Amino acid sequence: MHIVSLDDLPLGRRGSVDVPFMGPAVCAGFPSPADDFLEEALGLPRWLVPNPPATFLWRVSGNSVIGVGIHDGDIVVVDRSVEPAHDDIVLAIIDGVSSLKRYKLDGNRAVLAFDNPDLPATAIEDIGEAAVWGVVTTALRLLRPLARGRR
Amino acid sequence: MSRAIALIDGNSFYCSCERVFDGKLAGVPVIVLSNNDGCAIARTPEAKALGIKMGDPYFKIRDLCRAQGVRVFSSNYTLYGDMSARINAIYRSAAPRVEVYSIDESFLDLSDVLERDRQSLARDIRATVRAWTGIPTCVGIGPTKTLAKLANHIAKSVAELGGVCDLTDRQVYDFWLPRIHVGELWGVGRASLAKLEAMGVDSVADLRDLDPRPVRKALTVVGERMIHELRGLSCLSLEQVPAQRKGCAVTRSFSSRIEDRESLEQAVAAHATRLGEKLRREGLGTDHVTVFFHTSEHDRDSPQRSVSTVVTLPEASNDSMVLIKAALHGVARTWRPQGDPPWRYSKAGVITVDLVPLAASQRALIGQLDREHGAAVMAAMDACNARFGRGAVVPARAGLERARAGWSTKFEMRTPRYTTRIDELPVALA
Repeated sequence: MHIVSLDDLPLGRRGSVDVPFMGPAVCAGFPSPADDFLEEALGLPRWLVPNPPATFLWRVSGNSVIGVGIHDGDIVVVDRSVEPAHDDIVLAIIDGVSSLKRYKLDGNRAVLAFDNPDLPATAIEDIGEAAVWGVVTTALRLLRPLARGRR
Repeated sequence: MSRAIALIDGNSFYCSCERVFDGKLAGVPVIVLSNNDGCAIARTPEAKALGIKMGDPYFKIRDLCRAQGVRVFSSNYTLYGDMSARINAIYRSAAPRVEVYSIDESFLDLSDVLERDRQSLARDIRATVRAWTGIPTCVGIGPTKTLAKLANHIAKSVAELGGVCDLTDRQVYDFWLPRIHVGELWGVGRASLAKLEAMGVDSVADLRDLDPRPVRKALTVVGERMIHELRGLSCLSLEQVPAQRKGCAVTRSFSSRIEDRESLEQAVAAHATRLGEKLRREGLGTDHVTVFFHTSEHDRDSPQRSVSTVVTLPEASNDSMVLIKAALHGVARTWRPQGDPPWRYSKAGVITVDLVPLAASQRALIGQLDREHGAAVMAAMDACNARFGRGAVVPARAGLERARAGWSTKFEMRTPRYTTRIDELPVALA
């Protein structure tokens, strides 16, 4: 296993960013109706989130990709700007339901599979191209509950 | 190189934000309601096709929505604000100068982009926003803001254009201007439309070809400016930095009517707190607040009362505690004991005009406020609210969330704040 130490990271990518890192936009024309409701974005270190505007956090429910080490209750970092590659874990929308699947290229055919050899793979052309919502780049597991009130 | 401005906006923006996180909403009619779940303020094309109009009161379309399976949501402004910030970050990486015009519309300066590359850049931006955030957009390009806005309207109404219309292209410009009704133009309201029609103006091209001087008489300088902008002479510049706020208002309709003084005071104190927050964010202060509250015209059988009073401070401030004290003084001065039947108040607000930069404002000779102490308390309160969430620390007079239930704005069908709250993240099955 290769472990990246913080010092190995390219300069300028340390420190932390918010997802998204952008501050609230101040509108020049119309006052934003969102003005009274803006909240600070959830913060993550920059080296985990290379592209904040395209990065979203999701909560995992279920154990169908446990083979890759993603468990029920984990938080996953999903990047919508990354092209899915063979063996990636992706967030897929199937019949309107969001779920984590393993993305496999079988020749020039893409299939979505459970990370469980007993369960069937589904050909992606049966689902449609918009099926991949984003690529899971990181999984976070909280080993203790968050302090109350902390965001 | 010729000037080129792009106006990009999100299609049915609020509804599109909802669709990003809920795959079941694809292809289904969706509407989003205004504060207190009052009226429809965003509609998907499927909802428009059912005849739901912008601003339709929810109680009038509730049965239709139920019968047709329309998915109805309260505004989730926290989510829309976050999605807007993401989209504008993408715009900023594509264009050097961006004016965020409203929550879902931005002007981009594309003057530095070669004329032949503009359309493909517009398509790139559109595709990137769609891929990265899931939000569909339309792009209008023109030599002026007015033409960019018009181009955006065309891009949105003509599906064949693929979401992009470029009026800096002379052929496109000559084709569309005679074909668009002048009423579709940015800044043409009902009153000016009547005047224009009386002058024989039907299409946008008709307006462009008018002599600007007589138009100035009928439609003021705004109408004259419109003609110049339609001819490609830019009169409206890109506002990258919003002009300094001159006034500020925090006003809300109550979710239900209020009859007791305690609730009214609580609401007014909460509005004054919010006013302070807004002013502190921009380093501004005020030396007076106008407090108003009134009953509703819709309650025809109830007695009517409308009150507005100005309270002056010894010197400018943005300390919420000072503003609360002033606002409550305004209530104390104007409150009348309830009779039978009582006044049923529907709305209250705190308003200020003539804002000044606080640091440069003149200090009072008599009655100076303790600015340093107040500023330290406010800085601590703002920091807590930034860290623990909006409303984590509030002045006691503004009431805790539970006590506010009687009057605070209702969002009963709001989706989770998917992107800003760790306990409200969207859920993926696995």
